[in-house]
Formats: sequence, C-alpha cells, structure tokens
Amino acid sequence: MKNDNEKYSALGEVGDFQQKRTRWARIRLDLAKSPLTARFGLLVILIYGFVALFAPFIAPYGEAEVFPIPYAPWSSEFVFGTDQIGRDIFSRLIYGARNTVGIAVATTALAFIIGGILGLAAAIARGWLDQLLSRTVDVLMAIPSLIFALVLLSIFGSTVTNLIIIIAVLDSTRVFRLTRAVSINVVVMDYVEAARLRGEGLIWIMRREILPNIMPPLIAEFGLRFCFVFLTIAALSFLGVGIQPPTADWGSMVRENASLIQFAQYDIKAGLTPLLPASAIALLTVAVNFVVDWFLHKTSGIRDEE
Amino acid sequence: MHPVLKTILERIALGVATLFVVSLVIFSAIELLPGDFSQVILGQAATQANMAAISKELGLDQPPHLRYIQWIAGAVQGDLGTSFSGRNASGVDRSREVVDLIAPRLSNTLFLASMTAIIAVPISLILGVTSALYRNSIYDRSVNTATLTTISFPEFFVAYILILTLSSLWPIFPSLANVDADTVLSERIYKSALPALTLTLVIVAHMMRMTRAAIINLLASPYIQMARLSGASQSEVIIKHALPNAWAPIATVIAFNLAYLVVGVVVVEVVFVYPGVGQLMVDAVSTRDIPVVQGCALIFAITYILLNLLADIIGIITNPRLLHPK
Repeated sequence: MKNDNEKYSALGEVGDFQQKRTRWARIRLDLAKSPLTARFGLLVILIYGFVALFAPFIAPYGEAEVFPIPYAPWSSEFVFGTDQIGRDIFSRLIYGARNTVGIAVATTALAFIIGGILGLAAAIARGWLDQLLSRTVDVLMAIPSLIFALVLLSIFGSTVTNLIIIIAVLDSTRVFRLTRAVSINVVVMDYVEAARLRGEGLIWIMRREILPNIMPPLIAEFGLRFCFVFLTIAALSFLGVGIQPPTADWGSMVRENASLIQFAQYDIKAGLTPLLPASAIALLTVAVNFVVDWFLHKTSGIRDEE
Repeated sequence: MHPVLKTILERIALGVATLFVVSLVIFSAIELLPGDFSQVILGQAATQANMAAISKELGLDQPPHLRYIQWIAGAVQGDLGTSFSGRNASGVDRSREVVDLIAPRLSNTLFLASMTAIIAVPISLILGVTSALYRNSIYDRSVNTATLTTISFPEFFVAYILILTLSSLWPIFPSLANVDADTVLSERIYKSALPALTLTLVIVAHMMRMTRAAIINLLASPYIQMARLSGASQSEVIIKHALPNAWAPIATVIAFNLAYLVVGVVVVEVVFVYPGVGQLMVDAVSTRDIPVVQGCALIFAITYILLNLLADIIGIITNPRLLHPK
C-alpha cells in the first residue's frame, strides 16, 4: 500500500495489483521453501517413477530370463548376482519397481475411489445409508486387515486382480471414515445449500463444491494409505500368498533369496543381496512419509513454536 | 445405574455384537468357496461316494444357518472342525483336528507376544513421555526421526537386518527360533530373542509416537496451564495433574499396539520359522485349508477385538470426568 498522499493516484493503485501466481509458480515457490527431507523424498519418488516407466530400457536382462548359474556372485555381468534359479537380480529389482509399486498404486487408487465416493455419499445423504455404511465399516475394521486379507485370499486364490480388489476394499474403510468425517463439516455450509437450491445434481455438488474443500487431508491420506498398502502387499508377497512368480516383486524376492544371509560371514555381498529388495521397499515408504509430513505441515498451517 | 457401569455394559454389548458379525464373516468363507470343493479336498481321483461322504461330514447337505449354529456351538466348546489336509481320494482319513493343530502353537505365539510386550511397553512409555516433555529438543527430534524410519520399514526388513548382524556376521543369537513344548524357559527366551527384538523395534516406534502425541495433547490443555500459572513445580504438574488424565490415552495406546502385535507376529513368525499360529495360518492359506484358516482367523479376530474392548473400558474407568457425574 502507498501511504504517500500527494503522489496518490487511483490509476496507480489499480495498476499496482499483484500478479496472481500461476499454479506452476506456486509449486516452484513451495519447493524452494521445502525442507531437505521433503526434497529427498520427492527425488526418490521421481527416480522410482522413472525406473518403473522405463524398466525394459534400463534393465540389462529380461524379468524372467533364466541363466545357467544360480546364486551367481556379484560381478560385472550380473551386478547383484543371480537368484535361486539363475535370474539376474538387478533386472528383477528394476522390474519390481514396475510391478510392486504399480500394483500398490492401483490398489490405493481403487481404495480411494470406493471409499471416497461412499464416504461422500454417506456424508451428503446421512440417514439409513450413512448408518448402514458406517456400521459395515466398523465391522470390517474390527478384524486386522492382514488377517482378513489372508482369509479372503485363501477363498479366492492369489491372483493379482484378487489381490488388488481385496486389499482395496479392506483399505477403503479407512478412506471412507476420513472422507465422511471431513465432508460432514463441509456439507452443512451455506454454499453447498445454495448449490442444492440452484438445482445442481448430486455428482456436481460432490465434485465442484465438496471435493475441492476436502482435498488436502485426502491427498495426505493418499500418501499414508499408499505406504500401508505397499507394505501389506509386500508382506503378503513375502509370505508367498501375494504376487506370484515369475512376476518380479520385491516382497517375494526377499523370501526367495533369504537363505543367502547365512553366507554373510564368507561373502558380505551375498548376505546383503536379500536386503536389496527389502531396502527398496523401505526407501520408498520413508520417502513418501517425508513428503506427506511436509505436505501436512504446509496445508494444516501449524507452525512449531521454537 | 451408575453411568460408568452403563457405558461399560454398552461397550461390552457392542463388542459381543461385533464378534458375532465377525464370526459370521469368517464362517461364510466356506460358503464363498467356488465350485464343488469336496473334489478339491480329495483330489481328481475321488469317487462319487467319498465326495458325498465329505459333503455330508461338512454338513453341506444342510442349510447355511443350521451349519453356522453348529459351527459356532462347536467353536465355543473348543471344536473347530477337521483340517482338509491329510485326506485323499481313496477315502483314507489322516486329517487332524484343527484345535490340536492350533493349541500348542497358540501358547508359543502368546509367549512371543508377551515377551515382546514386557520389553516394549516400558521402553516406549519412557521414550514417549520424555520426548513429549522435552519437545523440540535434539533428543526429541532424533527419537522422532528414528521411529519414523522404523515405522516405514517392513517387518521382514528389520528381521533380516537383525539376522544379518546378530546371527550371521556376529553369531550371538540363533536365526531359527525352533522351540517346542519341551524347550526349557531359558533356552526358549534365548531362541525367541531375535523375533521378540524385531517385534519390539516395530512396535516401540508406534507406541512411542502415540504416547508422545497423547501427552503433548494433554499438556496443551488449559487446566495444565492453570496449574503451571498457580506455581506448581514441573514434577507436581506431571504427577498430580497430568498423569491421572494420561492413564486413559496411555492404556489405549498399549492395548491398541498389543492388538497390532497380533498382526505383526504373522510375518515375524514366518521369517524366524517360529512355530506359532501365524505361520500355521500362512501355510493353511497357501494350501487353501479353509477350516484351519477359519480357526486361526477366529483366534486373531477375538484377540484383536478383546484388546480393543479392554482399551475402551480402561479409558472409561480411568476418566475422572465420568467418575464424578454432575
């Protein structure tokens, strides 16, 4: 603001408006202010995404290409050696980014579509629909999801489609609770009422009035849910009831190569091999957690008192 | 009726209702099995007569609600049916009772879980309370970063790091936890050290973070501020004012995490080949031995629901506001 009265001109003040920043400019500004952990997290996520997209071009060998030497040591030919039936571990790690992360992303997205739509519907409709959905979710959440997933997998069998659907349904309960809780506060707002009186349809109100206002907690939840889903799928695959061979997957790779650990005294590289896929899982979850932490901090507006 | 008693009874009724629905869900597992699975049990070469016998034994000739009543009545009396494995096409039946399979393993799992709880609960409470008191100090931040990292690690990653370091490179503990009924206590503890340590690392992170959040939340409440302003010393504020209200959240945190332990135990048992219920369940899932899966799932679900119910009740009893109704 200009306080200098003599030089005041209406035209000047009007012309002095601030350029509204474009979305891209705002993202760049936020990034510049982000803490080191968040930048590290973003970098890791980008690298994983790149590797997953271009896996066939980066990997030196095929996903299920078998060589005659099982348990080959680390060498220039096989960077991290070969596994129990002679597949190149480095290539399988790269393809694993595509399979394991891809399946986890698909599952989380499906969980959000189911849980988000039902949560919004429950918050808008209330009444018996809300009661029915909420009580169903209560029961589903009363059983630990890994146990529930094991029961369902034993009935339907372990295929990738079943895995995605089962985990997504079980996980959508938590999305439902969050969506319902945050949108109940938004639904009673006057502008939603106005839209309703204007004659807008249910879908329009959901998408244009409510969704933009509940986005930040949902985005943060997406990150956290992704970590949870990712770890659950990795655990199931590790247990041998998740993603099935010959698909390269980090969880089952850990189990397949676990016996190498006992040779760590003679060859530390062999001992480290089973830890490679496990640390690939851990690194991504740490990275996502860092980014979510930063995002929550930024959108909630909480400032730590120093 | 006293309002506290009323709330508790309500919670118990809700818990029983949940258990009922959960048992329905687990029971319907057998309903959802695709196709004629007497053939799945007995194999391709099964004769018509043997298949009919199996269907009759499983009660498939009866309507579902009668079978549910029989199943749940059996379960209450400790009869969970017979395992699918051990049967074959010629009609020879070497299958075992599910209860006989589960019982010895259940005591192993409970032993591992209680060993973990004894180590993990004090550590995480101390870490949680101290880091809440010295908030934003270097101590708080390092504990926080360390726990955030452990939370992000899959259980088997922690397990294999421990095996690599404490069993393979420096052989202190065995990597196989093969205990049985005859193992003496000291050897049992020694053999279960690595699985217990893995579970401890995973669970301490969760418990510590939740305790810290609960205490910080409490310390921010106006009545604590009031006590501080009235000149009470730091220890007086903590012991006289904060702790009575802190028991409820802390009890909830402990019970919640013990319930979490129920799930964590599955993966850890498989890594260390520890003969517990979790490993039995995973084996049963891969062979699609439904009665065993149902039995294990029922036990896990009951434990989980009971622990959560316990947390609720402790929370109600220790809440001073409910004890002195207006």
